[in-house]
Amino acid sequence: MSIDLKTVKHISKLARISIDDEKANKLKGDLNNIFEFIEKLNELNTDNVQALTSIAETTLRFRKDEIKSENIREKILKNSPEENKDFFVVPKVVE
Amino acid sequence: MSDITSQSLFELTSNIKEKKLSSEEITKAFINRAEKSKKLNVYVTDNFEKAIYQSKKFDSNPNLDLKLPGIPIAVKDLFCTNGVRTTAGSKILNNFVPTYESTVTQNLWGQGAILLGKLNCDEFAMGSSNETSFFGNVQNPVGENLVPGGSSGGSSAAVAANLTPVTIGTDTGGSIRQPASFTGTVGLKPTYGSCSRYGIVAFASSLDQAGPMTKNVRDCSMLLEVISSFDQKDSTSIDYKRNYYSKELSKDIKGKKIGIPKEYRVDNMPDEIEQLWKNGISYAKDCGAEIIDISLPHTNYALPTYYIVAPAEASSNLARYDGVKYGFRSPGQNLIEMYEKTRSEGFGDEVKRRIMIGTYVLSSGYYDAYYLKAQKVRQLIKKDFDDAFSTVDAILTPSTPSSAFKIGEKTNDPVSMYLNDIFTVPINLAGLPGISIPAGKDKNNYPLGLQIIGKPFDEQNILNISYALEDKINFNNDISDWWLSE
Repeated sequence: MSIDLKTVKHISKLARISIDDEKANKLKGDLNNIFEFIEKLNELNTDNVQALTSIAETTLRFRKDEIKSENIREKILKNSPEENKDFFVVPKVVE
Repeated sequence: MSDITSQSLFELTSNIKEKKLSSEEITKAFINRAEKSKKLNVYVTDNFEKAIYQSKKFDSNPNLDLKLPGIPIAVKDLFCTNGVRTTAGSKILNNFVPTYESTVTQNLWGQGAILLGKLNCDEFAMGSSNETSFFGNVQNPVGENLVPGGSSGGSSAAVAANLTPVTIGTDTGGSIRQPASFTGTVGLKPTYGSCSRYGIVAFASSLDQAGPMTKNVRDCSMLLEVISSFDQKDSTSIDYKRNYYSKELSKDIKGKKIGIPKEYRVDNMPDEIEQLWKNGISYAKDCGAEIIDISLPHTNYALPTYYIVAPAEASSNLARYDGVKYGFRSPGQNLIEMYEKTRSEGFGDEVKRRIMIGTYVLSSGYYDAYYLKAQKVRQLIKKDFDDAFSTVDAILTPSTPSSAFKIGEKTNDPVSMYLNDIFTVPINLAGLPGISIPAGKDKNNYPLGLQIIGKPFDEQNILNISYALEDKINFNNDISDWWLSE
């Protein structure tokens, strides 16, 4: 199978990365080469194989559900791209 | 006493403990050399001023019981360092200053080490040559215009060029072992779950591990001992008793069974690498190890599996870079346009390519055909190793299918770049520990490495085998200081 330009544009929309036509064409070529290489997996019959879900073979730990009253608002907002000491600022969402 | 910057970690810690050198002397020696080594482009951000201050502070009241007493160390720019810019080699994190510290780096400072600075790497650790970094490529000290390997290319170059005594990198598909092999240094990827992933910029969470990169095997054991720890903050961190790797280091490998997998003899592999492997086998025999031919039948499927699993996880992990809470933002008319422009301008080409692959294989209608299929094959690859380890204690292979290549040589062909990791990727997929040690040189005098793969949590064993082989190989990197400026 091959990936066409329309599919490339669709994936870029899903990935929230805008691309122009020139880039899309270049990506189409790259992705087709990579998927051609990936298709090798189809040589294998995996009908009776269980998918690997965790490499560590341990069950996830539980921890106590505790409130930690560390005040880290300032730390969290410190790297905010637009200056505002109380909130993250984004373009207007509701008209 | 030999020149300070060419000393091993073991020598430097001994000299500090015996009060022959101060932390300040050592720190200043590495900084002076770095000032003359800008051509290599290993640093993204330096911490020199603070490092000198901290070294003086250490000397005024030295705690000599620590494992890294006053030792200056530069680290890969993928580890979050509190108050020091952390970029992951990306424009999108160009201005990011973490307000917390990664567990692995915290372990270093807790044992007395001092941060020298942050080392260049491929963007989000995606690359095998350090050429995808927003901050430009790194020169391999082995020769001009050679890549240092990747993604931990700044790290491998810094160790080889004597710009840091040791360093830590991260390895998702070979990013510690391949650059170590390209620069004639030692690099170890620990068992998945050994070193905490907390505070490391995430690439592919089921594959990522931090590990030591050093001049020799003993230093590697000393550094692993410090960074390997159980951590509540990483849900996949494993609570097991870690060895005193440096104390238990031994060259006695008599009777160890070492497997040689026939599938690692790939097409077009240079004769020099075949010869290197044969030499390694005969050295292991000389040390009293038993050599056993084994088969890892699904080896050829590891790279295609990796190029589904890793991009899938990366596309999820990198969804957080949207210009809202931190990092680079490109303004837009509305929220969606801001996301799309921020990610388009903030990520480089290789990162975008992998996000696109990952988004595609996880998208509706394709999940079963790609992602689920890959997770099934991953199970088969893991089973290959499980079967092999029922008869052998460790596995010996070449680290890479070639020596370092020229800058720009492979940038236009992603698949040929990916093939670099053919011997290292299976180990990440199976969660195993693997180490690359320098083992010889090719006809151009470029270093080549051998890889030793171990059972889960059996780092001590692969360190011991490496220690024994290192002694027999007697590798000399013999790097001229061609890049130094006055």
